[in-house]
Amino acid sequence: MRIVDRLSRAPWIWSWFAAFLVWFATIMVTGGASTLGLSQAALTFAAFSIIVGIGQMFVITLGPGNIDLSIPATMTLAGTVALKLMDVDNAMILPGLVTAILIGIGVGIANYALIKALRIPPIIATLSMSFIVQSAAIWTNRGLRIKPPSFLADFTTSTTLGVPNVSLVALVISLIAWFLLEKTVYGRWISAIGQSMPAARMAGVPVDGTRFVTYVLSAVLASLAGYLLACFSGGAALNMGTEYLLMSIAVVVLGGTAVAGGDSNVPGIWGASLFMFLVVSMLNTYGLGAGIRLIMTGLIIISVIMLAGGRRPGVR
Amino acid sequence: MTVRMSKAIIEVADAKVSFAAVRALAGVTLAIRPGECVGLVGHNGAGKSTIVSVINGGLTPQQGSISGDGEPLARYGINAARARGIRCVFQELSLCPNLTVVENTRILHRQLGGLGWRRRARLVIERSLDAVFPGHGIESDRTVGDLSIAERQMVEIAMAFSDAGIAPRLIILDEPTSSLDASLAEQMLAHVRRFVASGGAVILISHILHEILATASRIVVMKDGRIVAERPADAWTEHGLVEAMGSVVKGEAHRRTLRDLAKEPVVIAQTGRGLPLQAKRGEIVGLAGLAGHGQTRMLMKLHAASTADWLPRRDPAVTFVAGDRRLNGVFELWSVLKNFSIASLHDLALRGVVDAGAEAERAGEWKRRIDIRTPDMANRMLSLSGGNQQKVLFARSLATRAPVVLMDDPMRGVDVGTKQEVYEIIRQEAQRGRTFVWYSTEMEEVCLCDRVYVFREGEIVAELAGDAVSEENILAASFKGEAA
Amino acid sequence: MKLTPSADAIRLAIPALSLAVLLAAVFWLQPRAMSYIGLNLLFNLAVPIALATIAQMLIMSVNDLDLAMGTFVSFVACVAATFLRDEPLVGILILAGGVCIYAVLGVVIHLRGLPSIVVSLGMSFVWAGLAVLLLPAPGGQAPEWVRSLMTMKPPVAPMAIVASVVIAVVAHLIVMRSSLGVLIRGIGGNQRSVERAGWSVLAARAAAYGLAGVFAVLAGIALVGLTTSADANIALRYTLLSIAGVILGGGEFIGGRVSPIGAVIGALTLTLAGSFLSFLRISPDWQIGAQGAILIIVLALRLLLNRLENREKRR
Repeated sequence: MRIVDRLSRAPWIWSWFAAFLVWFATIMVTGGASTLGLSQAALTFAAFSIIVGIGQMFVITLGPGNIDLSIPATMTLAGTVALKLMDVDNAMILPGLVTAILIGIGVGIANYALIKALRIPPIIATLSMSFIVQSAAIWTNRGLRIKPPSFLADFTTSTTLGVPNVSLVALVISLIAWFLLEKTVYGRWISAIGQSMPAARMAGVPVDGTRFVTYVLSAVLASLAGYLLACFSGGAALNMGTEYLLMSIAVVVLGGTAVAGGDSNVPGIWGASLFMFLVVSMLNTYGLGAGIRLIMTGLIIISVIMLAGGRRPGVR
Repeated sequence: MTVRMSKAIIEVADAKVSFAAVRALAGVTLAIRPGECVGLVGHNGAGKSTIVSVINGGLTPQQGSISGDGEPLARYGINAARARGIRCVFQELSLCPNLTVVENTRILHRQLGGLGWRRRARLVIERSLDAVFPGHGIESDRTVGDLSIAERQMVEIAMAFSDAGIAPRLIILDEPTSSLDASLAEQMLAHVRRFVASGGAVILISHILHEILATASRIVVMKDGRIVAERPADAWTEHGLVEAMGSVVKGEAHRRTLRDLAKEPVVIAQTGRGLPLQAKRGEIVGLAGLAGHGQTRMLMKLHAASTADWLPRRDPAVTFVAGDRRLNGVFELWSVLKNFSIASLHDLALRGVVDAGAEAERAGEWKRRIDIRTPDMANRMLSLSGGNQQKVLFARSLATRAPVVLMDDPMRGVDVGTKQEVYEIIRQEAQRGRTFVWYSTEMEEVCLCDRVYVFREGEIVAELAGDAVSEENILAASFKGEAA
Repeated sequence: MKLTPSADAIRLAIPALSLAVLLAAVFWLQPRAMSYIGLNLLFNLAVPIALATIAQMLIMSVNDLDLAMGTFVSFVACVAATFLRDEPLVGILILAGGVCIYAVLGVVIHLRGLPSIVVSLGMSFVWAGLAVLLLPAPGGQAPEWVRSLMTMKPPVAPMAIVASVVIAVVAHLIVMRSSLGVLIRGIGGNQRSVERAGWSVLAARAAAYGLAGVFAVLAGIALVGLTTSADANIALRYTLLSIAGVILGGGEFIGGRVSPIGAVIGALTLTLAGSFLSFLRISPDWQIGAQGAILIIVLALRLLLNRLENREKRR
């Protein structure tokens, strides 16, 4: 059990290790020819998972029962509206970005309003919001596929010094997130609430304010990811967010964040996102189809959560 | 009433139970025979709940033996107790609130299964309800969660008395009338007398002394994990009971210097159903009475009245020291350092960023001052002993600038050495003008306070100050005498 | 002192009333729907949704949540459209295996104290993968007996209504009237007490999950009977729909308070809401959003009702 002990103390190492294994296995098949291409692809695609994963991680850290299921819908709405507003015009890039962020703020406020005022459990509150937001996205996206402004299209699809730009953005966001969690009062508050809401309240932590900010943060990150993804994909599709719901939760769990709350892990999200993408690539490289890929992903998630264990004893 | 010298239904011999630093039972021998009602009386920490847990199989004593019907019982647990007809009614709800009364009966009586069980279960519970509380008016198809608290308690009591194959022989009632009005309580006690007269046995724990005197055949007084007196009921009076619960006069009594705080301003006040509460600057106000009679609720009210949930307060008005560490005190995943600093982060942060250096310094200060025994403040909180964890919680509160400190029985289960150290610190802080509102279940701690409010049944029934703060007065106020 | 009907009856009133109001509105907008065929068309697809809702309800009654409902029902539909038709014995074995896996999940979640959300999330990937392996492209065909069952034409009321009533009655008998149902709900209400009374919580949870598996299997089979062919994504929205149906029907996440009849009514209401919106000429874009809004409104009403109830109790 010592190995499990060590693993559980630094779970993010595990996800990086696993990612490396898979990367290595994939490279071996192609004889090293695709190393650069694969690595860049991994960093690019993982970047979107990382951005939404960080938002989801903040929410999950708030404690059991806290989860944000409205992420895909927010991504879709933000991407759709921003692209429509920018209308292939480079001059409208900043207003587009601001609009996307405002959408995130709006969804976050609505989410917490449902949770707090109507006392709806977060899972249903964010679920219902996702329905409404998705409908709004469908309505605004009247069939036409609007392209992103040329500057953004270039930016999201190219690299700087060999590193994809979107993953640089993800890196900046990760650093900010890490700083918030480790160095600020807000980070302490989130962790306290996640470990024990009553204890946090009695210790003077402003519980409602902190939770409110966190839900808004998650929605803003989702809208940012949607903005970037829409530009990267050359347009906002209505199903662009679908796979990111399960992905955002999966990278949080696989990255070592405690599902019971109170303990978050930013490096782990990177490892887990890279790992998830690389597993898919590897399976594709080995010629295994979508079916096997899905099954593997599921089994990986279940094995990890079984190893990690669940609720602390005494917590319901 | 003559007690036939029949075999004891259950007999516990010299049971010893300790929880970490606390001696819950220090060698208790108790035998319950058919046809008797044993009243169990004592203040906080007497060991009543513990001995009852041993009897109903929920707790195995670390030392001592248990025998039933004359034979020693090697393996004894809840199921074994149930099989011998031992039932228990606790204060907390043991019914499933989402099920109906009939369905709860089915859960309790596993042997009721099979086709037509609803009819059988309904007969069982209705017969019992009618026997204990004639004219109760509770429909057995109602969901328990929709019943009033009194009705729920009636159902719980009736369940204990119900017979679905295994007849109840010994029923333990722990504060059974706490939610019942006078007439319902009288009905229940009358049934207890009938039950006992027909050969059953009952253990009755209650703080309402006249009820025990009227119903029990034998009264046992416990204190500090021991039985200090045991006599037939007619040999007791209320006054005698209260006296027996008090301690033997100790040679060296606590030295509490009487302080004159009349001129100090009132810093916190709260009104409720009973007497109003207020505390002056620099005062140590105690909340006394039997555990669970509204003291913690009062502290929560005081805390909620002065704290914010949405925006952080720069200058906290109150701070809270938890007694139930796991529930509302300790952050288990964190280090000692982070557990210490959480309440005073604003003083240690600049523009939202925590100053690690200042934090470590402040922690070091308090580590020395309050003597937290750990090699490194960065160690996990759970690596500390219980007493040291409690010290960290104290340091957490005292390190804030809040002028009022609310304490929720924080010394429960803490070793004597730590307690003395903490008392000294409280005294020093009070000298410097800090106000303490201190709920404690230990008589000695309460007697250290300048003024004491005694709680009973959810409200403040007495205010004792100065010389009046004594064990005698507190005991007298905690227990209910003759209905006025 | 029974001045008011039982609280459970009141809780059932909201979903029943909303269904009635919605139905009346639909008839007013489209009088032709007020016929045998019309009703059947309106409520056809509600039958598999109702079965899935009952399955979700069983999981919620032990305070857990199943996010894999949609993919599992899709998987069952694929099995039904392939194996069940061509090699019935193998098909039955596979489906029985699915039910067993559900029971095992219930055991593992309990023993390790795992969060059901994450475990069911993982399982949803597994079921999705299996479904894709079976039917990479839409195809297969429903077995004859399923097809004829789902397209029966009973005399008085259309098949959809009859089936819904049967489902509601059977679920009610199992969950609300039998000892097993009482045990399962008791665990949701006060697990410690049930344990102390000597019951095996593990066995009961396994039973709850196993039963849920059975109902989910029935949902997949019914769905294939209606759509005649299947594909791997056919029932993905069932996850959210089933949760919404339980809530609409008066069920709660925690505490073991569930209502099978309410759940079926909830499923019917959600199905109807879609048709209602299209009759209103509201663009289909907003139909999903409307489902979300309905959920919120119902929960807000429930909160209001609870506040009123509490005020009554305190008087």
